[in-house]
Amino acid sequence: MDVEANKKEELVPIFIMGKRYEVPASLTIQKAMEYAGYQLIRGCGCRGGICGACGTVYRFPGSYKIEVGLACQTLVQPNMYLTQIPFFPATKSTYDIEKVKPNVETLVKHYPELLRCLQCNTCTKSCPMDIEVMDYIAAAMRGDITRLAELSFDCVMCGLCTSRCPAEICQYNIAILGRRLYGRYIAPKAEHLASMVKKVEQGKYEQMLRQLMDTDEETLKTLYSAREIEPEQAGEEWVPKDKTYL
Amino acid sequence: MPYTEELKQLIKRVEATRPARVEKKRRGEEFPLLSLKERQNRLEKYHPDYKPGSRVELRVGPNKGYAIQPEMVQMLEAKSRINPDRIDLNKIDYETDVLIIGGGGAGTAAALTAQEAGARVMIATKLRHGDANTMMAEGGIQAATKGTKDSPYYHYLDVLGGGHFKNVPELVYTLVTEAPKVLAWLESLGCMFTKFPDGRLKSLHGGGTSRKRMHYAADITGAEIMRTLRDEARNRSDIKVLEFMPAVELILNELGHCAGAVLYNLETEEYFVVKAKAVILATGGSGRLHYQGFMTTNHYGATGDGVVLGYRAGLKICFLHTYQYHPTGIVFPEQAEGILITEKFRGAGANVLNIDGEQFVNEREPRDVESSCFIRECLEVKKGVPTPSGKVGIWLDSPMIDLLMGEGAVKREFPGKYILLKRFGIDISKEPMLVYPTLHYQNGGLEYNSKCETAIPGLYSSGEVSGGVHGENRLMGNSLLDVCVFGRIAGTNAAHYAKEGYQEGKLTLDHVRKYHKELEEAGIITDRIAPMLLPNYTNPKVRERQLTTHYLGTIR
Repeated sequence: MDVEANKKEELVPIFIMGKRYEVPASLTIQKAMEYAGYQLIRGCGCRGGICGACGTVYRFPGSYKIEVGLACQTLVQPNMYLTQIPFFPATKSTYDIEKVKPNVETLVKHYPELLRCLQCNTCTKSCPMDIEVMDYIAAAMRGDITRLAELSFDCVMCGLCTSRCPAEICQYNIAILGRRLYGRYIAPKAEHLASMVKKVEQGKYEQMLRQLMDTDEETLKTLYSAREIEPEQAGEEWVPKDKTYL
Repeated sequence: MPYTEELKQLIKRVEATRPARVEKKRRGEEFPLLSLKERQNRLEKYHPDYKPGSRVELRVGPNKGYAIQPEMVQMLEAKSRINPDRIDLNKIDYETDVLIIGGGGAGTAAALTAQEAGARVMIATKLRHGDANTMMAEGGIQAATKGTKDSPYYHYLDVLGGGHFKNVPELVYTLVTEAPKVLAWLESLGCMFTKFPDGRLKSLHGGGTSRKRMHYAADITGAEIMRTLRDEARNRSDIKVLEFMPAVELILNELGHCAGAVLYNLETEEYFVVKAKAVILATGGSGRLHYQGFMTTNHYGATGDGVVLGYRAGLKICFLHTYQYHPTGIVFPEQAEGILITEKFRGAGANVLNIDGEQFVNEREPRDVESSCFIRECLEVKKGVPTPSGKVGIWLDSPMIDLLMGEGAVKREFPGKYILLKRFGIDISKEPMLVYPTLHYQNGGLEYNSKCETAIPGLYSSGEVSGGVHGENRLMGNSLLDVCVFGRIAGTNAAHYAKEGYQEGKLTLDHVRKYHKELEEAGIITDRIAPMLLPNYTNPKVRERQLTTHYLGTIR
């Protein structure tokens, strides 16, 4: 929209749960609901497209198609009929991350309905994050946990896929199980991290830190200003000249 | 909405200077960093905290005379939502060992360690479990994990420099030494950190870091940590979660110990009494108070509740005279206003530029300094970029990242922001982003120590609600670290206290009565109530028509 239209504050009709309101065309669904007079309690979280609190479905008159979006991320459009789905019942299986194994048996044991997938692709079409939901469910059925984790990484767990699945699968909870299995068992471990934890626990930095804690502000400022800064474009192999405090 | 024609014309100036800037980057030539003295000068002249009238003295409570932001003073100089005489403390609705107020990163980490220490745990949270600033943290989590070039020693120095050397040393010590352990803990819970094929964690610089120690999970690090912690909490049946049930008052006992809280069901408007052996405040920050009218990156529920509750119960506050303005909040498109653009963009090499496509500050100064320089460039040098709605911004040259790290890097490293802005018709791998400082982080808060104990026995504090560890300015990547480190400590210690330190006593809300009296004696006659719980963005014209004079039941 250009500057002119903004100034005039063009109003468009939208239908919130069937009731007509006129709201500025430049607003997101979330801000439009507030403009209309709603004090949101449910259906509003981060207001930035990452928490998944504001899953919304809408339709236009004369169209068969069900559209989806996050209310905080979707602009209003004239004549949209919308409702938020701030909560949808879901199955959540509990497990001990230390004891589960990263394989298809784990996924199926915890979510047997996974195998009911009809490959209708409704989940993918219902995803406001443009995630290939059906593809990650297929990966889950194959036991390809790496692929399941990668494909589902951007999931905000809003639950819209689950609300529409004819096989009654709770996709996003299968996805997080997959991602945790991947992160815990499949992704290679960070060995430098384990060795640093050991050094900290052995008290290697104890004395130098205690000394810093007792240092006066002026000396600290001198030390701070003299820090050797790792160059931004340096590669992983970079090492500082002064290794006294490593 | 996509960039307007006017803005597209201005982007050409950015494109004109880009090849030379990319070459400079490749050669390792950086825009010079400011000296400590120059930093101070920029802060004093341009940072919103230093503006005349930006601080007002408190007239009541343990920090009477301490000058902080007027919006927070208003919250502290307000009455309770409840009349203590009408709450029957003999009628206990819930009983638990450890009550955690707040279901974000700190609260959930605390729940896990408290449960592991054998406590029955209850989380009371205002919105849904996990709806918190933790979820929105993007850039990363700091920890010295690479022993060949980094150590907690350097992390400590960086934290102090960022905080203007005012930080509480013991808290910083705890933060930097626990950091590698926290990373290992998260890895063992299955957090998907971005790694090299051999398992090494990828790491970047943040503003004010001397070593690249910002670890990340693409550009949704906070969401990845939060959803993992939440999933883990849901796996444990002795962690109970009460959603849409914010605490509105702490309950003490006759010994002066903390012994529970009054909760409010946002939907049915009922109040409930929770009796607990120990209580942890983990309510987060207060960007939704919109200090000085600034936009905010914060979560809907960030209204400073915990500071109000703690202060009323008698806890001191500290470092609340500074608030963190994040330099890069979206200023265009309007619909995305205030949304955080992670510092990681700058860590990955994107320059910040004025209207002529020129650099005016190194992109990796600490946040408060960087913000001050943006404000200076826009308001004094007058070289900001005007937006269609009459605001002003600075370019963040994200397309440089593709040139430096290879085609597709922006999309791969910043999928969250790439998708978000693509929805509005802006391709950030080809077009720069328009940003301006935005309210981001409550540097200060309740006084506590490195065991997360407060001055009230049985009451613990952790995360953004507390003050001291970050001094006067937090560095990027230290808040996710803070919530994990101090959340875990609070959980463990609260559970031990519940087992060994707890003493039974008669419950009381006398501190609320006392506070009301103090307000009255200070001549503060007001109907204002706190905590605010949620900001009100209802259309003012609608509010004028909301004329109900008496409420019957919950129909309003």
